[in-house]
Amino acid sequence: MAFHKVNVTINGEMEQVVVPSNMTLMRMLREILAFTGTKNGCSAGECGACTVLLNGEPVNSCMVLAVECDGTEIITVEGLAGDKQLDPIQEAMIQEGGVQCGFCTPGILISSYALLKRNPNPSEDEIREALVGNLCRCTGYVRIIESVKEAAKRS
Amino acid sequence: MTINTHPTLPEFEYVRPETLAEASEFLTRYPGEARPFLGGTDIFVRMRDGLITPNFLVDVKKLDGTNDLRFEPQAGLTLGAAVNMNRVIASREVQAHYPLLAEACRSVASYQLRTRATVVGNICNASPAGDTIGACLVFNGVLHIHEVNGLRQEPLAEFFLGPGKTTLKPGDIVTAIHLPLPPKGCAGVYLKLGRNKLSDLSLVGVTALGHPDPSLPSGYRFRLALASVAPVPLVPTQAETYLANQPITPETIREAAHLAAEACAPIDDLRGSARYRKEMVRNLSAKALSEVWEKLK
Repeated sequence: MAFHKVNVTINGEMEQVVVPSNMTLMRMLREILAFTGTKNGCSAGECGACTVLLNGEPVNSCMVLAVECDGTEIITVEGLAGDKQLDPIQEAMIQEGGVQCGFCTPGILISSYALLKRNPNPSEDEIREALVGNLCRCTGYVRIIESVKEAAKRS
Repeated sequence: MTINTHPTLPEFEYVRPETLAEASEFLTRYPGEARPFLGGTDIFVRMRDGLITPNFLVDVKKLDGTNDLRFEPQAGLTLGAAVNMNRVIASREVQAHYPLLAEACRSVASYQLRTRATVVGNICNASPAGDTIGACLVFNGVLHIHEVNGLRQEPLAEFFLGPGKTTLKPGDIVTAIHLPLPPKGCAGVYLKLGRNKLSDLSLVGVTALGHPDPSLPSGYRFRLALASVAPVPLVPTQAETYLANQPITPETIREAAHLAAEACAPIDDLRGSARYRKEMVRNLSAKALSEVWEKLK
């Protein structure tokens, strides 16, 4: 199987990696670059645990080939916070208790962050629709949705 | 038996041709081994499940014109193969002239999946459940196909041969779907029944479009397309013809919905039984036609 050189900006840093054709963006992040905040849940584009921003738009990184990311910009959950300051969505998630086991949290943070970028004042229905691709098996979603509302107030 | 809960993608070679001609040539050279791909949202799942094992995946997302979303007031909408569904939903021109298409796209999976999923991919995948196919059918979509010998156009209505089966031959690449201008004064609706409110595959999907047409006895033309109830996306022409010839009333709408249900040939699967699907086609067709009729009156 052929290997491909990929130049990619991750959380603002340039990286050059060599990946096989069948490596997904999710595996490249976790296994080569050690950004293990991005989780592997279903490997089928359904659970959203692997959600990252690709050129500013959320994608399931298990459904994108690493080789397709040459020349792109990626933000993972590790890239949301500043040096000393969490992103408002992260602060709100802590305050509202939107985290239990934490496995879905990175994907939910990324999806919520992207929602608030394109729609700073979402309704509850819009929040639910934006998070439909992020499954959480712990919380029943209520606190997660409250967190997004709180983050909208803060930012 | 070992169950790998996180199957990785099987080995294949990733190929990204620079031109359509090169892509068609490559696909022709490796028939059965190479396949074109767009967002990969279906193909990767099927590869992980071991259902298909292509040796080459040919990325056709960067080729001539495949990223264009173009509306021409005289000609209609041309949607490049690589245009993702979120772009379709966000397009002001689609919202203004083909809101039914945006509505259908919005019913597909999740936002992050729609960043990758494309309408043309949905069509080429040829699943009877494809949510966006109905809208393309009722707007009389035409596919633009690049083949080794050049370009051809094919009406979407003649494209589907069976589940996952189309008229595409090795070397064929669908570069765009073209939708003619929408009929004047038209209104449409897509009713999707899933196991949950959002994001599921359709158990039954009903697309309805209607518009005034003085040349018909009823004065209105109605189009219907049904998802997940036959081996291919189904247009129940008997129901359409019936409504063209009868005055539009609650009774004739019910009869048309009955004809639509009679036209379908659903299967039992884990999402629902054939009998249930048929009943739902009857109910949802009546609801869809009534909603469209309300908008037209």
